[in-house]
Parts: sequence; structure tokens; C-alpha cells
Amino acid sequence: MFEQNISSLAKQLRDKDISSVELTQYFLKRIADLDPQLNSYITVSEQQALQQAAAADALIQSGQGSSLAGIPIAHKDLFCTQGTLTTCGSKMLNNFIPPYESTVTSRIQQAGAVMLGKTNMDEFAMGSSNENSFYGAVKNPWNTDTVPGGSSGGSAAAIAAGLAIAATGTDTGGSIRQPASFCGITGLKPTYGRVSRFGMIAYASSLDQGGPMAKSAEDCAHLLQAMAGFDEKDSTSSETATEDYIGNLNAPLTGLKIGLPKEYFGDGLDPKIADTIMAAVKEFEALGATVKEVSLPNLKLSIPSYYVIAPSEASSNLSRFDGVRFGHRCDDPKDLLDMYMRTRAEGFGEEVQKRIMVGTYALSEGYYDAYYLKAQKIRRLIKDDFTSALSEVDVIMGPVAPTTAFNIGSKTNDPVAMYLEDIYTLSVNLAGIPAMSVPAGFVDGMPVGLQIMGNYFAEAKLLNIAHQYQQNTDWHLQSPSMAEGV
Amino acid sequence: MNWEVVIGLEIHTQLTTKSKLFSGAAVGFGAEPNTQTTLVDLGMPGALPVFNKEALRMAVMFGHAINAEIGMTSVFARKNYFYPDLPKGYQTSQMDHPIVGKGHLDITLEDGTTSRIGITRAHLEEDAGKSLHEDFQGMTGIDLNRSSTPLLEIVSEPDIRSAKEAVAYVKMIHSIVTYLGICDGNMAEGSMRCDINLSLRPKGQEEYGTRTEIKNVNSFRFIEKAIYTEIERQADTLEDGGRIIQETRLYDPEKNETRSMRSKEDANDYRYFPCPDLLPVELTQEYVDEIKSTLPELPSQKATRFQTEFQLSEYDANVLSSSRELADYFESALSITKDAKLTANWVMGELSKLLNQEQVEIQDAPVSAAAFGELLVRIKDNTINGKTAKDVFQAMWDGEGSADEIIDKKGLKQVTDTGAIESMIQGILDANTQQVEQYRAAEPDKQKKMIGFFVGQVMKASQGKANPAMVNPILAKMLKG
Amino acid sequence: MSIDKDDVQKIAHLARLTLTEEDADKYQHSLSSVLTLVEEMQSINTDGVLPLSNPLEMTQRLREDVVTEDNQRDNFLANAPQSEAGLFLVPKVID
Repeated sequence: MFEQNISSLAKQLRDKDISSVELTQYFLKRIADLDPQLNSYITVSEQQALQQAAAADALIQSGQGSSLAGIPIAHKDLFCTQGTLTTCGSKMLNNFIPPYESTVTSRIQQAGAVMLGKTNMDEFAMGSSNENSFYGAVKNPWNTDTVPGGSSGGSAAAIAAGLAIAATGTDTGGSIRQPASFCGITGLKPTYGRVSRFGMIAYASSLDQGGPMAKSAEDCAHLLQAMAGFDEKDSTSSETATEDYIGNLNAPLTGLKIGLPKEYFGDGLDPKIADTIMAAVKEFEALGATVKEVSLPNLKLSIPSYYVIAPSEASSNLSRFDGVRFGHRCDDPKDLLDMYMRTRAEGFGEEVQKRIMVGTYALSEGYYDAYYLKAQKIRRLIKDDFTSALSEVDVIMGPVAPTTAFNIGSKTNDPVAMYLEDIYTLSVNLAGIPAMSVPAGFVDGMPVGLQIMGNYFAEAKLLNIAHQYQQNTDWHLQSPSMAEGV
Repeated sequence: MNWEVVIGLEIHTQLTTKSKLFSGAAVGFGAEPNTQTTLVDLGMPGALPVFNKEALRMAVMFGHAINAEIGMTSVFARKNYFYPDLPKGYQTSQMDHPIVGKGHLDITLEDGTTSRIGITRAHLEEDAGKSLHEDFQGMTGIDLNRSSTPLLEIVSEPDIRSAKEAVAYVKMIHSIVTYLGICDGNMAEGSMRCDINLSLRPKGQEEYGTRTEIKNVNSFRFIEKAIYTEIERQADTLEDGGRIIQETRLYDPEKNETRSMRSKEDANDYRYFPCPDLLPVELTQEYVDEIKSTLPELPSQKATRFQTEFQLSEYDANVLSSSRELADYFESALSITKDAKLTANWVMGELSKLLNQEQVEIQDAPVSAAAFGELLVRIKDNTINGKTAKDVFQAMWDGEGSADEIIDKKGLKQVTDTGAIESMIQGILDANTQQVEQYRAAEPDKQKKMIGFFVGQVMKASQGKANPAMVNPILAKMLKG
Repeated sequence: MSIDKDDVQKIAHLARLTLTEEDADKYQHSLSSVLTLVEEMQSINTDGVLPLSNPLEMTQRLREDVVTEDNQRDNFLANAPQSEAGLFLVPKVID
């Protein structure tokens, strides 16, 4: 049942072949049985899930509710959920129960979905491997010696292992796409401003964006339909109208112009991944698309630009974690300064402290122009690259990551090597455009994601392209053997 | 040494919006701690700011009032520092692109000298909360009701050269913001707070000396006193061969001294950068012009009009226009009396005296402008004289009724019957024959002084009710014999 | 680009993070390598390029000046490490 999609489950729920309570119980049991191997959930909200399921059954009974009604999903533990522990993967928030609900989770709840729990993540969304969680590393269901990617690694692993039908994620520099690629699922990072950031614990405000993760593009479309749209509580939320993401899935791809940026296929890319991506591109040609080379000349600069802008914003965003109003406070502070210094040193993990310090340095007097301002200028060059390439083609395709999932612990001692992993994803966040990771094959038994990048607010187009690909391939239908092991 | 004092002021004015700068929480003084807060004001995780339209309008109004350039694109920036009353660990303010750019203000001192004070900028920012130092288990209590309350910080050029100028400038700003209705001007409740940057330099020297900043002074009197004591302290230090340390100081009104604020000594690096949760505020010329067209008459404009329209002196016009409420009171009374000089004298005299004495704001005066006007009409039409009018006014203030009711009830109506006055005078002349003879023998110059005695006697006999304007000529005529 | 241990301690103080000597060594190394990584930006000429803070380059929306929030004090205070009389408590602040 875990491998079914939302449309099919919604139909069974409506036809009373199954109830949402049964479906929810089924997933809760799978989580209890399998998650000890993966650690993909931080909190499983069993009671609340069953209550929501019963409510969803009543809603469906009365002939109401969207396609998400009664569907068990999970939320990245970075979305504030009223009355449910929200940790952001940090010790700092290991006792934080928000008295408010994020816009994203509230909209999904209103659509009738059932929340199974909150998924594990890199602390404060800082990381590409999910090893930076106070609640322990998450394991990749395809090979539990490897990482699931990050920072939305818990969501990706849970979906791949059939511990949720779909999940929310957030993507600041690749945090939806890279774990989706590593775990063989589909994930979409929407245009900046498409999904409200209200109630989403901020890492880097000008880059953060919430988005859907699921087995297929079609399921992502169902979730995005509920998540997306203007929110007056978020000043950076766009008033551009949303589209019919589900209704557009079946548009033909004839005449689609695909750009392949030469910079995405250079040194550092595993040749087997390159082959996998090229095979996927061939598939699109067979579906009526044409392919041409494009250039994103400033790609390499996305790493330094991102690793200045994101830590700078983070250093300020994370100042509110001070032990005064919520969260961790150190024992027996001897004075105010001691309280601040120890609370924060104890509450934040190493990677978070490191990024706070990088950002503090980059913004400090005398360095602002050379770091922050320079990074923002480069950000414009990167945006201009995309604008120019996307004036020639409809979408840009390439790999999501230079390798498949790596072994847990293999990169923790070399921070720079870990940062270089993000080379193909960061520029999308800097430019603010939407992008997806779509399962496109396997290398040595590990999943490989194809990245599809589009123009601003082209989510419907991206989902359509991915869906058409998935109608003709079955990579997204593969499940790791551990998922079958119940 | 002959020192020149150089002062620049930063005035924080709290804007009278209903809700906060970035959230829908109520703004107000004196509420129970932390009851006027939302997740935005508390800096909760995931909270996001949205900018208050009215705060923007108020800032633009102020910009017009000081003839400033309006920032057509203004940008909110974060000023990062840790303090328990600053919940997010940064204050959202404006740095490189303020809403109000360069402007200026002309001030007039009591001795009539005028000067122009440059205003560098005025920017919008959010207020912090309050630390309460009463003992809570030996700890400090944090109340965040004030957090995210909108402030307009008005920064002057270092153009101020004396305590008197500083006070005149702050009073002018006070009257502008209250005229505009963008600040309630209540300094005791902290609606207007002033930071004083002050340095000394030898007269004639171009270069500025090292300055100190006196934080959060919240009354006109304290501003003046703080400046005097800081000038003295700096002069003493310099004359003893010492150096001024650039630091933040606090004015202690009880001891009338400034002292260093140790807690702020920690050299701060505020790491300003544009707030990524807020976007640039773009204005259209149409919007800016429309606000200009709705601007009320400002104090300086009103003062000029009072001089030309009512022939008041510059001093009277300035006093009467210094607050909108006072000016409104004056003008409504005037609409009844039609006598500007009389009305001005009474507003600035008796009315101001009682307001001061009773510590009452003019808008709370127990005598309305209309009732006040009716009283003055009775002076003009000779029903009562000025001296009686003062007693009637006191009775009105005490709630005994309208001017006419009181005059009637107490029988204060002036005697204006010529025959009655003549017979009263005759009686007095008969009783004081010696004085009458002396008067008649005196030189005309001396007579003028001597007549006062007879006037006094007449007033006494009439219990103040004789109309002095009538008494004088009749008396002069009858004394001639 | 490398920074010394004093710099690390200065930054940590600004960021209100207490570091042991050992931590400072570790961060000196890792911060230096990140700063070296970002140094690459300096080789690019960006004269005349305007900084980009918001990818959509939108402008600020305005909120009507109305009170929309009720008093939720007790809900918020429930998360406070220490509170009394409706106040958040912190170690004594000395002005």
C-alpha cells in the first residue's frame, strides 16, 4: 500500500475501500517497525494523527475534502506545528512546543491531510548529509551505511522507505533536491516567494523555500497545490496567482526546448552520473523535446556567494535563540553574558556555530563590502546567467549532485568537500528559480536524480515535464529492499 | 579657556499607530506585561514582519514638515546586538536608505534670535521592550509590550550651540509631531526620548572635540540640565588636562550629573545589513504629493498667520502656536470675542496661569474655549471689568456655571448708569473735601497722579462694579468743579 | 585567508558563543578553510553590478494599521525557561 500514489489512495478513501484511520494505522506501524533502522522521524504524533484521520474520514464521508484528505504525510521538523514539538534538529529547541502553526502546515491540514509526525533534518537546515542533527544521523534506505542527503534527509528517507506518502521539505541550497536525488524520490523547490515562509524556522531568509517531496511528480503536484499561494503574513510572498498543478500534468512535451549547461558536466561529476543524466535527456528527445547547450558561466561562484550570504543571514536569524523566551537555557548562569554564551554554545551544534561565526565575520565592520556586498553582486551575475539561458530554452537539465549518496562519516572532517557537494544546487536558490529532482536511474545500486530547472513561477511546467517523464519510465516506482521487509 | 559647545540630537518619537510597526499587536502604554505581543514582537522562531502602512504615511508627513527629501526607496536593515529586551537579537531600523533625508528647522529663542538647525535624516525603526529591575528572585523581568512599537528617529546635524537652542529645537520638533498628530508628545511616558551628542572645542577651532552621548533624556528641563552639567564636566576635565572618552552616559536627574554606562562599554559592531524578511519600500511621486496636500497648518505657518491676520506680536504668535491645542483654543475663543489682543492676553495670562497652577493640559481644561470666549465678551461689552472677570473665570473653572450665570448670581454687573455714578462720586467728593481742595490747587501733572485716589474710592464704594471707563471722565469733570 | 585564534574568540564573543581553547583551535581551522573558499569571489570584477538581496526584486507590501492579534501571553510564556508575574526572567541586568 505504501507504494501507491495519492490519486489512487484518494479514490480508495472515497470508495470506502479503506478508511483514513486504517491507512494511518498502517503507516504508524511501518514507522514503528522500520524507522529504528533509519531515524527519519524526530517526533511521531500518533494520537493526533489518528484524530486527524478520523476527522478526515468524516470529511470524506460528507463528500468534502481535497485530494489530500485522509492522506498520511510528514512535515520537516522546521515547520512550526501548534502543540507539537518543533526542534529544527537542534538541542536548542528540544523542548519547544509552538503555540502557532506555520502557513504551509496549516494549509495542508486544512486540505485534510493527516500528519504522521515531524521528520529529522540537519540542525537548522545546515547540512547536505543529515549528519548534523542533535537527534542523530538519518540513514539512506537504499544503503543504511550511506547518508540520505540533507537537510531534508528525514523527509526523503521516510518517503523512500514508505513511512509516509509524501512530506514537506525546505530548500535553501539544495535541501529538497539533493536528498530527493540520494533517496530516489521526487522533490520540488518552488520559486522563491511561491510558498509562504511564515512559521518556517529561518536559516537564510532570502534563499529558504518550502516545497513538496513525494514518490512522483503527480504527488508533488497534489501537495504543492495545497502549499502554494500568497500569504499576507510573509512580506516576501508573491501575489502571482498559482496554477492548476494537477490539471497541467498531461500537457504534451512536443517542442520543449531543453538546455544543457556545459558547466554542469565538467570535472568533478561522476561519469556514471553523467551517463545517467544523458540517458534521461535522450528519453525527453524521444518525447519530442529538442536539446541545446547553454552556458551558466558563473556557476562556480555560487559556492562562495552562497557560503557568505547564507551564513550572514543565519548569523542574524539565529540570534533570537538566546535562552530568554523559549528553548534551551544553560544551568545556573552566573550573569547575563554567561547565560547567552553558554546557552548558545550548548544549544547549537558545531556546524551551526561555524556558520554563525562565518556570517558574523562576513558582516563585521571592515569586511561587509568585501564579503556580503560582493556576494550579493555575484548573486546578480548568477541570476543574470539563468535569465539569459532561460531566454533560449524552456528548461535547463543537469545532475543534482556530483555523486550518489556517500558513506556516513566520510566527509565530516572536511567541511569544504561537503560544501562542494552543493555545486549544482546552490545557484538555483541564489537566482530564486524553481527546480526539481526526478529519479533518473541508479549508479551502483544507488539512486540518481535528474535536475530540471525552470523560469520563475514555472512550477506547473516543471511538474508537467517530470510527470511525462515518469509516465514513460519507472525509476520513481523503485523501492529499496528494506521497505519491503515488513 | 573659552569653549564652544557642539550638540547634535537624536530624538526618538513614538508614532501613534494603532498597531505595531511589523505586527498586528496593539500599541499602548501601561498594559499588563507582555499582553500586547505577538510572535513577531517576541521574536519567536518562524515569525515574519509586515510593514505598517500608517507608520509610513506618518514618516512622510514629518519629512514634508521639515522640508526634507523623501526617500523614494527606503530599506530596512538589521542592527545586530544581544540584549534581553531585544527579542530577535537585532533591531529592525533603516541605515543607508532612510525614509526621510536631509531637511531643516528654524528655531527662535526667547530673546528673539533665530537659527537654522540641519536635520540629517529621520528613519523608521522598532522600539525595544523594557527591563524591569525590581527584584524577581534576584533576576530582571522582561516586558516586551513596547517591542516593535514604531519609532521615527530624528537625527540633527551638530548645529546646536547651547542648551537653550537644544531645548528650543526639541520643543519645535515636539510641536511639529503633535501638530501632525503622529506622536502624542507624552515625554513622561517615553513617547519622545532624546539622545544628546555633545562635545566641546576651543572657540574658533574648526575640528570637533571628542563627544559623549547622553542616552534617553525624557523632559525639556532634563535636556537643559543634562547639557549644562555635561558641559561643565567636559570643561573641567579638559581644563584639568584630561581627555574626554567617547562613551555612552546616563543623566541622573536626582543627582543632576551624568555618569558612564558601563554595560554599553562593550565596543559594539552592529553588523548592519538589509533585512531579508522585508523588501525595499518604494514610493510613487503621487503618493508623496498626496500626503503633502493633506498636511495640516504647521506651527511656524500658524505663527506667521497669527501675526498678519490678527496683528499679534511675534512673541505672542509663537507662544500661541506652540501647541496645536493651545492654538485651537485661542482660535475658537477668538471666533466669539472677535478681539485678538484681548483673547491672546487672556489665554497667555489667566488661562495659562491656572493651567500651570492646577497642572492641567489645555485639552482637559474645565472651561471650554466657547465659555471662555463668552466671558471675554462680557469684558468687551462693559458688563464686568477685567478684575471682576478674573474672579468670574475662577468660579467658572470651579464649575459654578457660565460667565453670565455667575455674573447674575453674584450680582457682579458693572454700574453703567451715569446718574448713579455721578451721585456715588458726589458722595465721595463730599466726604473728602480736603483732598478735593489739594487736587484743585495742584499742577495738571500732579493731578494725573492724584486722581488715582478718587478712582480707588469710587471702586471701593461700588464694590468694584463701577465701570472704570465711565468713572474716569466723570470724575475728572466733577473734580474740576 | 586564515584567521588567528584571537579573531576566532572575538567573533565568538560577538556571536555570544563560549569557546574552549580546544573549540577555538578547531574553529580556527574550519573558519579559515571556509574563508579561503569564499576568497575566490575577490578575483571577479563586479564594478557596476548592483547587489541583489531579493531574487524577485519585489517591493514591500503594506499592512493596514489594524489590531489583529489577541493577548496570547500565557501560551507564549509556557515556553519560557523562567517567568514570573507575566515577565520573562533573565539574570540581573546591570545598567
